[in-house]
Amino acid sequence: MNQLEKLESQSIYILREAYREFKNLCMLWSIGKDSTVLLWLARKAFFGHVPFPLVHIDTAYKIPEMIAYRDQLAREWNLKMIYGQNVTALSKKQTFPDGKTDRINCCRQLKSEALKHTLSGEWTRFRLDHSQGKYLPEESGEPYTGVIVGVRADEEGSRSKERYFSPRDQQSEWDIGDQPPEFWNQYKTDFAPGTHIRIHPLLDWTELNIWEYILKENIPIISLYFDRGDGTRYRSLGCAPCTKPIESTAKNVAEIIEELRSGKLANVAERSGREQDKEDGGTLETLRRDGYM
Amino acid sequence: MDNKQEQMSIVIVGHVDHGKSTVIGRLLADTNSLPEGKLEQVRRNCERNAKPFEYAFLLDALKDEQSQGITIDTARCFFKTAKRHYIIIDAPGHIEFLKNMITGASRAEAALLVIDAKEGVQENSRRHGFMLSLLGIEKVVILINKMDLVNYSHEHFEKVKAEYSSFLEQIKVKPLAFVPISAREGDNLVSSSAQMPWYQGLDVLSLIDGLEKEKDRHEQPFRMPVQDIYKFTEDNDDRRIVAGTVETGSISVGDPVVFLPSFKKSVIKSIEGFNEPVKSSVGAGYATGFTLETQIYIKPGEIMCRDDQPLPAVNSTFRANLFWLGRHPMIVGKKYKMKMTTQRATVYLKKIGHVLDAAELTYDSQKSIIERHDVAECILQTVKPIAYDLSRDIAATGRFVIIDNYEIVGGGIITESLNDDNFINEHVTLREIAWEKSDITPELRAARFRQRPKFVVLSGANEELGTKLAKALEERLFQNGYNVYYLSIQNLLSGLDSEYQVSDDREENIRHLGELARLFTDAGLIFLTNISGLDQYEIDILKSLNQPNEILVVDLDSQFELNDVLNNETDQINLFLEQIQKLLHDQEILLDYYI
Repeated sequence: MNQLEKLESQSIYILREAYREFKNLCMLWSIGKDSTVLLWLARKAFFGHVPFPLVHIDTAYKIPEMIAYRDQLAREWNLKMIYGQNVTALSKKQTFPDGKTDRINCCRQLKSEALKHTLSGEWTRFRLDHSQGKYLPEESGEPYTGVIVGVRADEEGSRSKERYFSPRDQQSEWDIGDQPPEFWNQYKTDFAPGTHIRIHPLLDWTELNIWEYILKENIPIISLYFDRGDGTRYRSLGCAPCTKPIESTAKNVAEIIEELRSGKLANVAERSGREQDKEDGGTLETLRRDGYM
Repeated sequence: MDNKQEQMSIVIVGHVDHGKSTVIGRLLADTNSLPEGKLEQVRRNCERNAKPFEYAFLLDALKDEQSQGITIDTARCFFKTAKRHYIIIDAPGHIEFLKNMITGASRAEAALLVIDAKEGVQENSRRHGFMLSLLGIEKVVILINKMDLVNYSHEHFEKVKAEYSSFLEQIKVKPLAFVPISAREGDNLVSSSAQMPWYQGLDVLSLIDGLEKEKDRHEQPFRMPVQDIYKFTEDNDDRRIVAGTVETGSISVGDPVVFLPSFKKSVIKSIEGFNEPVKSSVGAGYATGFTLETQIYIKPGEIMCRDDQPLPAVNSTFRANLFWLGRHPMIVGKKYKMKMTTQRATVYLKKIGHVLDAAELTYDSQKSIIERHDVAECILQTVKPIAYDLSRDIAATGRFVIIDNYEIVGGGIITESLNDDNFINEHVTLREIAWEKSDITPELRAARFRQRPKFVVLSGANEELGTKLAKALEERLFQNGYNVYYLSIQNLLSGLDSEYQVSDDREENIRHLGELARLFTDAGLIFLTNISGLDQYEIDILKSLNQPNEILVVDLDSQFELNDVLNNETDQINLFLEQIQKLLHDQEILLDYYI
C-alpha cells in the first residue's frame, strides 16, 4: 500500500466506526478542499452513499461561488444537506464587516455560536428539500452526538494535539489537558449524556496529501482554489471579508501539487491568508476551545 | 504522485525533562523542515518574554503547555529527509500523562527513547521502555542526551548504557542502538560529532533513515473484523455489504469464509468499492466490503476468516498482560466493557497473577487490585465467547481495551487461551437445588390447562415481522383456549431491566429473559417472545436458564418464507400459525385429547 492508500483506509475505518457508534451523527462541510475530500471518503466508506446529514455553517459572508457549489453537489450526490446560521447576530448587524465588532468576535458569533446551537438543535436548521429544490426551516432537531470534522494535524499547533475521537463537554468545550487515550484503533465511542464527540478522520493527512488524493480520485473541487486568469487563487477558504487570495498561477490540481512540493509555497503556512489567526496570537486556540473547528 | 516517497512515524519517549522536545526541535530545524519564519517567530517571542531561546519551544504551540513547561499531550510534526517523510510524535514524559504517551507511541513504527546522561535512568525511562514492548514496537533507538553536561565522557555513556541494557534484557527488549547526543548543541543528531570521536556509530538521522519498514501482513492467515453490515435500500441499492478493514492475509472472490464466534459460513461473491476498478482479491490494510453467496445473519464484531486457514480461538477465558490507566483501580468481580478489534464484550477480571511495578521492576503477586499505571498479568473472562488470536501470532486480533464509565481505562495483549468454566450451568444447578417446588405438580397443571408448558422463542432478522407473528400466535392460541403469554422485549427493557440500567446490554437482557421463562413455564404457561438475530450461544443460554422446562426456537428466516408473509399478509400469517400449531401438537405441548 502506498501512503495515500493507507491514509484513505484509516479514514474510512474511522468514518465507519463513527457511523456504527453514533445514532445522531453529522458531518461538517465547509465547502473547502479538506471537508470535500472527507465527503468523498464517506462515499468511499459507504459504497457511494452518505448515510448521515452534512451540516454547513453559513455566515452569510461566504464567497458566493461556495454556496452555488455546495448546492450543486448536494443535488448531484443526493446529500442530506443542512445549513445553520446566527440569524440574530446577522439581523442586528453585529459583525466585523458591519464595523460593530472585531474579527475574533465576529468568528465567534457567526461560526462558533451558530455551530454550537445548530449542533444542539436549539436553533433552526435549514434542510434542503430535494423535491422542491430549496431549503426549508426545521425546528426542534435532536442534538448531534457525533460530529465529523475535517481538521488536519499539520494545519497549526493546537490541531496537532487533537484525537481522532475528541470529546466536547456540555458547553462544547475542549479540555486539552485531559484527553482520552487512543491506541490500537480503539477510540472514545462511549460518552455521557449531554456531551458530544468530534470525529477527525483526516487528522494524519497533510495539505499535500489532500491535493494528491483530489488528483488521484478526480474529486470535483471548487474553482476558487485555482488561478482563473488574474494570477491569484485561494489557498484556504473562508468568509469573503477576511480571506485573501494568494499570488499564484496554479491553474489546476497538478500545478498546485507542484507548487506545494517544491515551488514557492513549500515553506509558507497554509492559513497565511486568514486574518483572524493573526489576531489570535498566531494560533486558533482561543477560538477552538470555544468550539471553533 | 507521491507513491515513491515513503512515510514513517516515530515516537519520542522518555522521562520528563530528559530533552525529548529539544531533540525534535533540533531535528526540525536542522533538516530545514520548519515553515518559513517559524524559527524567527519563536526567537522573537523568547526575547519579548526575556527568556533564553530553546529548541523545545518550537513544539510548544499550546499556551497550556508553555505555562506548565511540560509536554502534556502528543504533538505531531513532520520532517523529511532525502529518503522519506517522517511524522514525529512527541510523547509526554510526565507520569500523569502516561495515557498520552501510549496514544502517541501506539501510532509509531519506531521509537527514540531519550535518557538524560547526567540524571541517568529514571522511573519513566523504564516504564516507557516496558510500554513500548507491550505496545509491540520493536524498533527502539536509545539516545543518551545532554552529553555536553558530562563533558562528553565515554565512560559516563557506557555506564548509563550498561544500566539501561540490563533493564531491557529483563523485559526481553533488544534496542537497535545507543547513541550519545547533545540535542541542545546538535551533537550526533544529523551529523557525527567532533566532540565524541570515541563514538563510532551512526548519527540519529542516519540511523532512522536506515530503519526498514515493517513487512506487510499478507503472509498471515486472513482476518477481517466485521465493522458493519450495510444495506442502503432507501437509496435503491440492494447490495448487502459486509464491511471492514482487512487486518492480515488476503482473500479472493470464491473463497469460503467462516464468521467467528458464530461459526456461520458462506462464500465471497464480490469485493465492493466506490470509484475504483473491480477487484477479485484484496489484502491486509484495505478498508473494503464484500457480498456473500448466501444470506446469513452475522453481526458487527465478528471476525471473518478463511475457512481453509487456521482459525482464531473462540472462548471466554484467557490470560493477558494488561496496563491500567483508570483513576479507579480494576477489581475482581466488577463488570467492564471490552473492545477488541470491532468486537464488544462484557468482561470480568477473574484473577490477578501478579502486578509489575515498572518503577522498581519488582513483581507483587499478593496484590488484589490493579491500580493506575500498573502492569499486570491476569486472567479475564467474558460473559459470552469471543474470537481472538494470541498476540504473538496475530497482534491485531490479540489485543483489547477495557472501558469503564465511558472511558478507555486499560489495554492488554492476550498471551494464553484458558479453559472455560461454564458459570451459567453452575448457576442453574445451584438454582434448581434451592428451588422451592410447588405442591401442584406439573402434571396437574398440564391436565388443568390442557397443555404442557413451553418457552417459545421466535427469531429472525426482521424484528417487525417477528413481533407481528408472535402477537398473532398469542391471539390464536388464546382463542383456542390455551394459556399463553407473549412478552415483548420492549416491556422487559422499559420495565424490569430499566431498573438495573441494563436496557442496552443484550447479554444481560437475555439472561433476565431466561430467568423469567423459568418462572412463567413453572406456572404452566406457554411463554412466547420474539428476539431478532439470536445466535446459537444465546439460544443455549436461554435453554439452560429455562431448565427443567422445554424451549422451542423458531428460526423465522430458514423455516418460513418470511418475505411472502409481509407481502400477502393474512394467508401467510395463517399458514405460519397452522405450521406452529401443528409443531406444538406434534411435540405434545397442545394436548387435544383432554378436550
